[in-house]
Amino acid sequence: MCLAIPAMVKSIEGKQAVIDIDGVTRQVSLELTPEAKVGDYVLLHTGFAISIIDPEEAEETLRLLREISEVY
Amino acid sequence: MKFTEEYRNPELGQRLLARIRHNSTQPIKLMEFCGGHTTAIFKHGIRQLLPANIEMLSGPGCPVCVTANADLDHVIAFAQLPDVIIATFGDMIRVPGSYSSLQMAKAEGGDIRVVYSTQDALQIAKDNPDKSVIFVGIGFETTAPAIAASILQAERENIPNYYVISLHKLTPPIMKAILDLGEIGLNGIICPGHVSAIIGSHPYQFIPDNYNIACVVTGFEPLDILLGVDMLTSQIETGQYKVEIAYRRGVKPEGNKQAIKIMTTVFEAGAANWRGIGTVPNSGLKINSNYQRFDPDNNFHVVTHPPKEAAGCVCGSILRGVKTPLDCPLFRNTCTPADPVGPCMVSAEGSCATYYHYGDNL
Repeated sequence: MCLAIPAMVKSIEGKQAVIDIDGVTRQVSLELTPEAKVGDYVLLHTGFAISIIDPEEAEETLRLLREISEVY
Repeated sequence: MKFTEEYRNPELGQRLLARIRHNSTQPIKLMEFCGGHTTAIFKHGIRQLLPANIEMLSGPGCPVCVTANADLDHVIAFAQLPDVIIATFGDMIRVPGSYSSLQMAKAEGGDIRVVYSTQDALQIAKDNPDKSVIFVGIGFETTAPAIAASILQAERENIPNYYVISLHKLTPPIMKAILDLGEIGLNGIICPGHVSAIIGSHPYQFIPDNYNIACVVTGFEPLDILLGVDMLTSQIETGQYKVEIAYRRGVKPEGNKQAIKIMTTVFEAGAANWRGIGTVPNSGLKINSNYQRFDPDNNFHVVTHPPKEAAGCVCGSILRGVKTPLDCPLFRNTCTPADPVGPCMVSAEGSCATYYHYGDNL
C-alpha cells in the first residue's frame, strides 16, 4: 500500500508533471513536491510525487556499501 | 542511476550478510513495521539468509489489514445507498467485512470503482454531477497527504459531490501501542521508508529514548533492508540506541514539510479502530472542523449491524507480531488468496498473502 517507485520528471506544467518509468509515461501531481525540477527522480505514490530522490545521498549509500564489502 | 538496480547487487549483499553474521552475537527480535518490507524480505529470501539468531517479525503496516470490520461495514453500507459511487484503491475491493465486501456490494448493483489515484476519483465526481462520489481514504502517512490534497482541490474547484471517508492510520502511535502491550520483546524496529519520506525520522525518537529499542528507517531494495538490519545489529551490540536512516536518498530527518502541511490542513489526529488491537487514541486522522462538508457521515445516514470476526481467523494476533500465518489453522487450508477469509490474505502486502506466495521454505 505504501509502495512508491522512482520515476524521472520529464516535463512540468503548473502542479502537474509527466514522469517516465522505464519508458512508460504518466501524468502525476507535484503538489507535495513543488520544488521538483525536470530531470529529478521522485518517489511516486498513488499519482503523487511524495519525495525528491537525493542523488548525492544515493551515491553515498552505495559508497558505504562498497566500503563494507572491502572489509567483509 | 535508476535508484533501484544499484541496490540489488548480490555481491554487496553477501558481504553485508557476512558482516551481520560476524557482528551479531546474541538472539534478537526485529520487527519490520511495513507490509512492503515484509513482501520485499520474503521475495528476496532475506529471512533464510540472515543468521539463525536474528528473528524477523512482521508488524501491522498494512492499511487494508488493520482496517477494522466495523469500519469496513460502514464503507459497504455507503456502497448500498442509491446514487452513490464508491471510489477506492483496488486493495480494498475483496476485503471481507462482517457480512459482505465491496466486491459483493458491486455484484449486488453498487457502483464501486477502482482508482489508482485521488485524481481519478475527482474526475469521476466531475463526470457524474448527479451522483455523490465517496472516496475510501485508507492508508498511513504515505497516502494521507495525497488524499488531503484531493479535498483541497475539490474545495478549490468547487466540486460539491466529492466526499472522503477518513480511515487513515498513524504509524508512531501504533508502534507505541504495540510496545506498551509488551507481548513480543523486540530489540529493534525497521521503520517504514515511505511513511518516513513524509514524517521524517524524528517522530520515532521515543523508541530508543523510552524503550531502549534500536530504530532504523530503510528502503525496499534488498541492500536497503540488509543495511537496515546491519545498522540495527550494530546498535544492539553496542547498546547505543538511536534513530538512524539507511534510506537517505528518499528520507530526510525532517520529512516532507509541504506534504505534512497539506495533511495537517485537512486532517487532525483522532482515535482509530485497529483490527486485533482495538481503539487507540490519536492513532488515526479525521477530517478537521474546517472541512466537515467532505465527511460523508455529515451528509448520508447509514445503519450497520454489530461487527463480527471470521471464526478461526487470527489476523489480529498476526498484526501484533504475536502469531505468524503458520500458526493459523485456516492458512493455506480454507484461507487462500483466491478465497480469503481474513484481510491479511487479501492484501498483496498482508502477512498471510506474503507467506502464501513466498514462504514455502519456512
